[in-house]
Amino acid sequence: MADKMKVKITVNGTLYEREVEPRLLLSDFIRHDLGLTGTHVGCEHGLCGACTVLMNGEAVRSCILFTVMADGADIKTVESLGTMEKMHPIQEAFQEKHALQCGFCTPGFLMTTVEYLGKNPNPTAEEAREAIDGNFCRCTGYENIVEAVQLAAKKMAAHEQ
Amino acid sequence: MTESLISKSIKRNEDPRLLTGNSTFIDDIEFPGMLHVAIKRSDYAHGVIKSIDTSEAKKIPGVVAIYTAEDLGDYWKAGPLQVPPPTAIPGAIFHARPLECIAKNKIRFSGEPIAVVVAESRYIAEDALDYIYLDVEMLDYVGDLEKAVEPGSALVHEDLGSNLAADVVQEVGNYEKAAAEADVVIKKRIVTTHVAGGAIENRGFVAQWDDNMKILNCWATTQGPIPMRNSIARYLGLMENQIRMINPSIGGGFGPKIMSSQIDDVIIPWIAMKLKKPIKWFEDRRENFLGTTSERDQVHYAEIALKNDGTILGVKDVFYHNTGAYDPYGMTIPLNTQTHVISNYKVPNYYTEIKMVFTNQMVVTPVRGAGRSHGIFVMERLLDAAAKKLGMDPVELRRKNLLPPEAFPFKTGVTGQDFVENILDSGNYPMALEKTVQALEYDKFKKEIQPKLRAEGKHKGIGIIMFTEGTAVGPYEGAKVMVGVTGKVNVVCAYSNQGQGHYTTLAQICASQLGVKVTDINVVIGDTGQFQWGVGAFASRGITLVGTAVHQASLKVREKALELGSKLLNTPKEELELEDGCIRIADLPEKSISLGELAMKANPTRGTVEEGMEPGLEAAAYYGPPHGATGFGCLGMIIDVDAETCKPKIERLVLTDDCGTPINPMIVDGQLHGGLQMGIGESFYEKLVYDEYGQMVTASYMDYLFPQASDMPAKMEIKHSVTPSPLNPLGVKGIGEAGAICVPACFMQALEDALYENDLDIVESSLNPSMLFHYVQKAKSA
Ligand code: FES
Ligand code: FES
Repeated sequence: MADKMKVKITVNGTLYEREVEPRLLLSDFIRHDLGLTGTHVGCEHGLCGACTVLMNGEAVRSCILFTVMADGADIKTVESLGTMEKMHPIQEAFQEKHALQCGFCTPGFLMTTVEYLGKNPNPTAEEAREAIDGNFCRCTGYENIVEAVQLAAKKMAAHEQ
Repeated sequence: MTESLISKSIKRNEDPRLLTGNSTFIDDIEFPGMLHVAIKRSDYAHGVIKSIDTSEAKKIPGVVAIYTAEDLGDYWKAGPLQVPPPTAIPGAIFHARPLECIAKNKIRFSGEPIAVVVAESRYIAEDALDYIYLDVEMLDYVGDLEKAVEPGSALVHEDLGSNLAADVVQEVGNYEKAAAEADVVIKKRIVTTHVAGGAIENRGFVAQWDDNMKILNCWATTQGPIPMRNSIARYLGLMENQIRMINPSIGGGFGPKIMSSQIDDVIIPWIAMKLKKPIKWFEDRRENFLGTTSERDQVHYAEIALKNDGTILGVKDVFYHNTGAYDPYGMTIPLNTQTHVISNYKVPNYYTEIKMVFTNQMVVTPVRGAGRSHGIFVMERLLDAAAKKLGMDPVELRRKNLLPPEAFPFKTGVTGQDFVENILDSGNYPMALEKTVQALEYDKFKKEIQPKLRAEGKHKGIGIIMFTEGTAVGPYEGAKVMVGVTGKVNVVCAYSNQGQGHYTTLAQICASQLGVKVTDINVVIGDTGQFQWGVGAFASRGITLVGTAVHQASLKVREKALELGSKLLNTPKEELELEDGCIRIADLPEKSISLGELAMKANPTRGTVEEGMEPGLEAAAYYGPPHGATGFGCLGMIIDVDAETCKPKIERLVLTDDCGTPINPMIVDGQLHGGLQMGIGESFYEKLVYDEYGQMVTASYMDYLFPQASDMPAKMEIKHSVTPSPLNPLGVKGIGEAGAICVPACFMQALEDALYENDLDIVESSLNPSMLFHYVQKAKSA
């Protein structure tokens, strides 16, 4: 077993200083070391997108990053969005449009959407579809997710006014 | 009047917790001192085990224990069959070879478990897998369904002397006679494809043994918590109530999570008791592809006999069904195939034979659709071929042969997966057909639009097919409804939820009787500590069976509440109403008593009670239908094919579906969306492929093409008709599999129509651009 390495990672605004094995996946660090189990793992080979988190504002797949690669980074997970009592507009939109069934893929879609709407606050249906194309969902057929992304954009625009 | 919340698109109760990361899925469960399991699986498909050397692996720091079949001693035994043999069908031959949780003596498929590592972390457990050495004397791989049953084939189970697992013949009328009298007989070899369930969450199991209390707490991603608990009880010699089996949130099921008596539920509880430590196993994606169950592999020799005017005289279908290395799930899938072939049309003469075959592949158990889609695919492909041959319009041919609305309930004469004669409970097929035809403007497309497109060199084809979804089979489910002292209501059952929305739909059913808010109903699903009876989530039976049980239990509780309210308010029952969480006098709404208060009163703590009194505002109910309920519909698609690259684009998709009374139309549409996605996946993307040595070459999402957002049409146009089931008070039918059942048949019809210059004869349920290109080349050179 390789020597442990020190990392300083800010997750959802809290700075964590930990010693980790160099091979520890960022997804496992987030889920099991920090106990933030909202981030899910569906394939562990970078395809399904369930493990998507924001790293320095960019949507990344935490299952194909080592924790040590996130040293010094600012990470945001689904727990950084709303609470059950007061959901984030994207979360509200997902509920209203029935854009989740089992909900396992959902945190990944939410984080992808957070990043995307930051770049394109008013997407067409086609653009929204393309934005989520890298995330797998087995339950919904994606149509309601596309609609939720668009509704979220509207809600967020209304919030900002 | 208590307001009915049936057929309302109510937002889901479960969403806030799922959306905010507040749901507990299996891999989220952690206990202090928990140990982690990784499973060593065979790289070989077929062989005799000479030795398994775990000595080096055991030396790795952090490895706690390693177990092989030998280490299990007497505990090792083949699991019970999960589905009984089809003894109800006269003459049926079935050879039971239940699952062996871990290979002993022999390996029968690549991916079969051979050892279990327990370690302080999952990382260490996986490290150890690489140091376990398996010495095997290789045997020939059995993978070809037809060659497998020829003499001289290697044998998956030597003692049987053949790879034939089952042979079931069913006949209605006399097909041979019909064929002799027919004007046209068309014969085809039709193949359906091997696909994965592909839930985004893999399977998992957590066990914790309380050695003082002698209680085994288990959490599992199972679709059938009660059967799994009972299987564990049988293995470990425990009483059922010593095991508390809990479903955490489950990230999709789609069939394969129904299995029990597998490595996880057999071995992990045993290890937890032995080591007195909490143990967790969470399957990884590769294991899911290799070692979990999958489905759809059949080879059909099918024929249809017709008159020149298109009247169907008979159908014959002899098919090989791959059951994989074992057959723990009996014959559910191929029996579904047999019933679904003839579920839409008047087929007076039908001969059908299942030849179920053992192969050196992973075990086959239902995947959303579960044999139904194969039956539909066969029938619709036969009809398409017949339409071409007879020069008839494919829609006209279907119109001519559809079962009429007055035919229901219709006895098909074939025994189904529930071992009773298949009865189609209700239906209005022509209505579904015409709705789809109209929405797609079929005639206009064929007569005006398509000729123009063709003149412009475009390749746009249309397909329209009929399907049924046999749903809601028995035996039974149950539920308990209980009003709490806060006035909120508990609905508990031991069903299983993988995303179907039961936390909301069951609440809607209950709220409609008790006059409380849907959000004030707490639905508990799959906790055997709270409800002891049930069967499981399969065959789209949840909302029909559990929903009916909830409805009946709610009625009983309503009655109980009214009785008690009547006494306390000194008013006849008839003058009372249940509304806004209380019982009140209809004409005098200020005279009321809250349900919470009633619940307190229903549990007196001093004094005496009347004889026969049952405490609490609580009631349980059980419901079992005499046979299944028939969902049905008509799917139409317009597909634009790039003739050069053979890449299809679904331009329009119109599905008319009938699932009886929808409890929550939003959720119904969601089920259809997801099913359609699986159907589209099967038709053009997904395929499990084994090489000639029995190695799966598609055991990752790099190789197994998962349907993504861009593979889907821009809009799935869903239409509904409502033909209530006469079998249950709410008129409900299942909806889970419809979308997955109907797509491949329609897809292939549309592709053939798009590439009209050549007479394509597509006989597979799954294509890709290069296969489609080959079909074109073949047709050109024909
Ligand atoms: S779990 Fe990371 S992409 Fe699938
Ligand atoms: S909601 Fe189940 S996988 Fe997306």
